[in-house]
Amino acid sequence: MRRVYLDNNATTRMREEVLEAMLPFYKDIYGNASSIHSFGRPARKAVDEARNQVTELLGAASHEEVIFTSGGTESDNFAIRGVAQALKAKGNHIITTAIEHHAVLNSCKALEKDGCKVTYLGVDKYGLINIEELKKAITGKTVLITIMYANNEVGTIEPVIEIGRIAKERGVYFHTDAVQAIGKLDFKVKDMNIDLLSMSGHKMYGPKGVGAIYIKKGTKIIPQILGGHHEMRKRAGTENVAGIVGLGKAASLAKRDIPDESRIKELRDYLYKGITSNIEDIHLNGHPEDRLPNTLNVSFTYLEGESIILNLDMEGIAVSTGSACTSGTLEPSHVLTAMGLDPVNTQGSVRFSLGRDNTKEDMDYVIGVLPPIIKRLRAMSPLYDKK
Amino acid sequence: MEGQYSDKVMEHFRNPHNVGEIPDADGIGNVGNPVCGDIMRLYIKVENIDGKDVITDAKFKTFGCGAAISTSSIITDLVKGKTVDEALKVSNEAVVEALGGLPKIKLHCSVLAEEALKSAITDYYERKKKTKIASK
Repeated sequence: MRRVYLDNNATTRMREEVLEAMLPFYKDIYGNASSIHSFGRPARKAVDEARNQVTELLGAASHEEVIFTSGGTESDNFAIRGVAQALKAKGNHIITTAIEHHAVLNSCKALEKDGCKVTYLGVDKYGLINIEELKKAITGKTVLITIMYANNEVGTIEPVIEIGRIAKERGVYFHTDAVQAIGKLDFKVKDMNIDLLSMSGHKMYGPKGVGAIYIKKGTKIIPQILGGHHEMRKRAGTENVAGIVGLGKAASLAKRDIPDESRIKELRDYLYKGITSNIEDIHLNGHPEDRLPNTLNVSFTYLEGESIILNLDMEGIAVSTGSACTSGTLEPSHVLTAMGLDPVNTQGSVRFSLGRDNTKEDMDYVIGVLPPIIKRLRAMSPLYDKK
Repeated sequence: MEGQYSDKVMEHFRNPHNVGEIPDADGIGNVGNPVCGDIMRLYIKVENIDGKDVITDAKFKTFGCGAAISTSSIITDLVKGKTVDEALKVSNEAVVEALGGLPKIKLHCSVLAEEALKSAITDYYERKKKTKIASK
């Protein structure tokens, strides 16, 4: 049976070159990167090299602005709590959005328990924030604006250039969770008034368990993981050398392969066209244009998401859904709900997120397999016959 | 049971039993709502056999996940051939047992199936009452 992986926003397959780059650091080059002897020095060199590679991809001004972490979640926690703590004297107000990843939302909620005020900006039906609303929300006590570069569920790209400009004008730090944007969109942080940025290895064909945070020179931030003097005293812990090397290699490949995104976008659009030509009552979730090139989130009205993805899984196809049944908490997607999508369509949402390995044949396979599944499930649905 | 669906659940999900409607049903149960992500509609046909009210046919339509579809499917199997009184005793635990277990987070689907059945039987009694009143 053909296997088609369309869940790249959840995680990606590590590239062969990345794995190869990492292996020596699990085998023979095992020294602690902080050791000054001959066992440690090559590890240190590799970490430095990886830092340069990530600096290149991000378009940061200096490699000193790149700090390695255990992943996007840690970077988000670090950015938000670290800045809130550092700027306590200035204020206690943070602005974020209703559609952020839970790493951002829960970090903000924890700060609220400690007395911080948080504004959760709403979004429109496409998942975009309103710039005027952002401007109005900023007060003399605002210390941080944290808004994701692109949303993981629907792919909508936020107006980060505008947000950065406003943040700079008003003297407020701007953090962006760019976990989904890295490797898919071409940008340079140093030109964008971004003060902090989160990124993750496993979303860009690198290893899980490693990521980075970009901290612009001069940004006030209190370290969260305490211990030794690693990462310029900003994040303690013996370096995960192999993981960091993998992240660096993945970053250099991502920089090289950004042009390939247009091919992925074409495949994605081809998939959407194929699905909608053969199936009725489909609703596109996310901005029609300002969206990640690989992401396609659609609702199959009158149906529930888990039953659709189980059927697709039986045919070898991997996707995900915003339905309550798969969330682990019985809550439907907070992103789709914030976008104002009705409960039925929210439950019936399916996210296809393409990757570098996908081909036209994969898309044709999915286009062929879906219609009978949808037909069978709709025949079973009490909502469909009311139509 | 955590995480994965049992083989029995997957069997019922792949090939659900008794999907459809009964146009001249004697009782219809409607439970659930789209906000929760589960809606079940259960149809029953009841005939008087040897002085007892027996459920001779049951069909369902469900908007819901794998667990919801399989609990609907199996409950139709469990009630066919039972008297209405016996069917009232079919609990959500019986549904879970018949399916070989459900992940903890999906147990509510078995509760919904039990509620759908009870709702269908209640509807049957209401209709019966109305017919009795009408014929007096």
